[in-house]
Amino acid sequence: MILTILDVVIAGLLLGGIYALIAVGLSLQYGVARVLNISHGEFIMIGAFGTWMLYKMVGINPLITLAMCGPVIFLIGFFLHRTLFRSLLNSSASWDIFEGRSLLASFGLLFIIQNIAILTWGADIKAYSYLSYGVNLAGAVFPANRLVTLLFAVIISVAFYLFLACTRLGKAIRAAAQDPRTAGLMGVNINKVLALCFGFGALMAGFAGGLLSMCYPITATMGMEYTIIAIIVVVLGGLGSIVGSFIGGFLLGIIGSIVTYIEPGLALVAYYVIFTVLLLARPTGILGK
Amino acid sequence: MDITTLTSKRSLVWWSIVLIIFMLLAFVPLYAPGYPVVLLSSILMYVIMTVSWVMFSGPTGYMSLAPAAFFGVGIYTSAIIGKTLPFPIVVGIGGLASFCLALLVGALTLRLRGIYFAIFTFGLVMLIAHFLLFWELHVTGTRGRFVMVMGYNTIYFYMLGVFLLLLITAYLIRHSKYGLALLSIGQEEDAAAHTGVNVTMVKVITFAISAFFMGAAGSVMATKWTYIDPFIAFNINFSFMPVLMAIFGGMGQLYGPVIGATIFTYLEEFLITRFAELYMLIFGTILVVAILYLPDGLVGLIQRLWKRISERKHVDT
Repeated sequence: MILTILDVVIAGLLLGGIYALIAVGLSLQYGVARVLNISHGEFIMIGAFGTWMLYKMVGINPLITLAMCGPVIFLIGFFLHRTLFRSLLNSSASWDIFEGRSLLASFGLLFIIQNIAILTWGADIKAYSYLSYGVNLAGAVFPANRLVTLLFAVIISVAFYLFLACTRLGKAIRAAAQDPRTAGLMGVNINKVLALCFGFGALMAGFAGGLLSMCYPITATMGMEYTIIAIIVVVLGGLGSIVGSFIGGFLLGIIGSIVTYIEPGLALVAYYVIFTVLLLARPTGILGK
Repeated sequence: MDITTLTSKRSLVWWSIVLIIFMLLAFVPLYAPGYPVVLLSSILMYVIMTVSWVMFSGPTGYMSLAPAAFFGVGIYTSAIIGKTLPFPIVVGIGGLASFCLALLVGALTLRLRGIYFAIFTFGLVMLIAHFLLFWELHVTGTRGRFVMVMGYNTIYFYMLGVFLLLLITAYLIRHSKYGLALLSIGQEEDAAAHTGVNVTMVKVITFAISAFFMGAAGSVMATKWTYIDPFIAFNINFSFMPVLMAIFGGMGQLYGPVIGATIFTYLEEFLITRFAELYMLIFGTILVVAILYLPDGLVGLIQRLWKRISERKHVDT
């Protein structure tokens, strides 16, 4: 019994690491740049396919690919904000209008990216095997690649947190998250900071995608499910709270693992019920103000 | 001339144009049977979805991503009771089922901020699809259902009927105290509440009325597909299409969404059988371009051009 509980909790943590990483990315994009990026999952997909392609064709170690794909995806995100979302922001009368319009624009991006991916890589399921042997952990056996994934997800998140907490740029990002106008008046280059945040969000998604591809089969249409999970985690953790998203990711991972243990078909339904209850009872999330 | 007589005269002209168009549409199966009727049915379906989406989301500014949910409820209603009850009643029940779902969803979530409402309705479609799939696999032990088949002329006439009903409803709402309340909610919700508008009630009822027509369209369209399963019925694309068509056409006038829906359905029919990915790619690109450069849609653009031309005429004279 105790072994089963441990089993389920560890499986939840393994899942939660990925969720946390994805949600931290979306939290940057929505919490700071105010773009509720529905195409977030597509950046995960790009990361996953990039890793798969480099592993299958050139034979590069997926963990090294993270460092190669990351900057490319960051640049895509950065320039998307510089061009598309900047001009949307300039032509919107208020932040609320911008939120609505950028949400719709990101829908457009979703279709563009997803269908370019289908045209390039096809619509079928892809997978490769990397570090797929079992590791005995407190009596339960887990695949090594999941453990590596969790480790990397935690390292990336903590490193990013330290960057936010300790550097000047991190301070500027936190200031922009609280009040973009005032931050701009205090000498923060707000356009650059917002674009950087969007880029970092895409970077997190790309990392998550690379890590995901080691453990799960991937398809060009995989993004949507992760986008929904990311949105739920961000609301769970509190909009704009990076730490909240991080904790929320693990929380949702454990809940998902418990529900999957009882009834595999209902995990997404359970997430959605949590989301509904949360929206009605405490829309600011667990760490929101 | 008095302003009211002017507007009533203008609306009289509009209504006679609408009536003539409907009369022409009603005779299409006689002089052009076959494919044109099928195509027009698809166009009418999207027009109904788009116009009913605009009916609620246009004036209030609350972006609903639930059309697929209401459409799917209509489809499932048709699949479950279609063989036992006469068709007009099936369509009515399909609409009513969506109406009830919208009442429930609206009462729960329309107190939320706009962006949360969009997220919530977006998730609703996925929730219903996954839950139905679970239900079919574990409780009824089936996957999908067969729907009774109707002739394409019957589908067409029902679509036309639903559309006419929708047009009258949308017009009445727009030109009543109710429509004004909706507009004021979109402009400044707090101010609307302070002037005595029962904000939540107005929003919920309009949301439910718009859902009724989506459900009715779904239950008519189901008979064309003969077989459905949760992911066919609750296809998330049916949520995005009306939004894009409305933005592309322009939401300021009732005919904007009609034009947007017509153009896109034609494009879809043309491309989707052979180049489905290409169609979705074009779809996404146009969505982004329309949001960036066409804030009032195609109709807004035409109106602006028209204004410029007529101003130039004034300058000349």
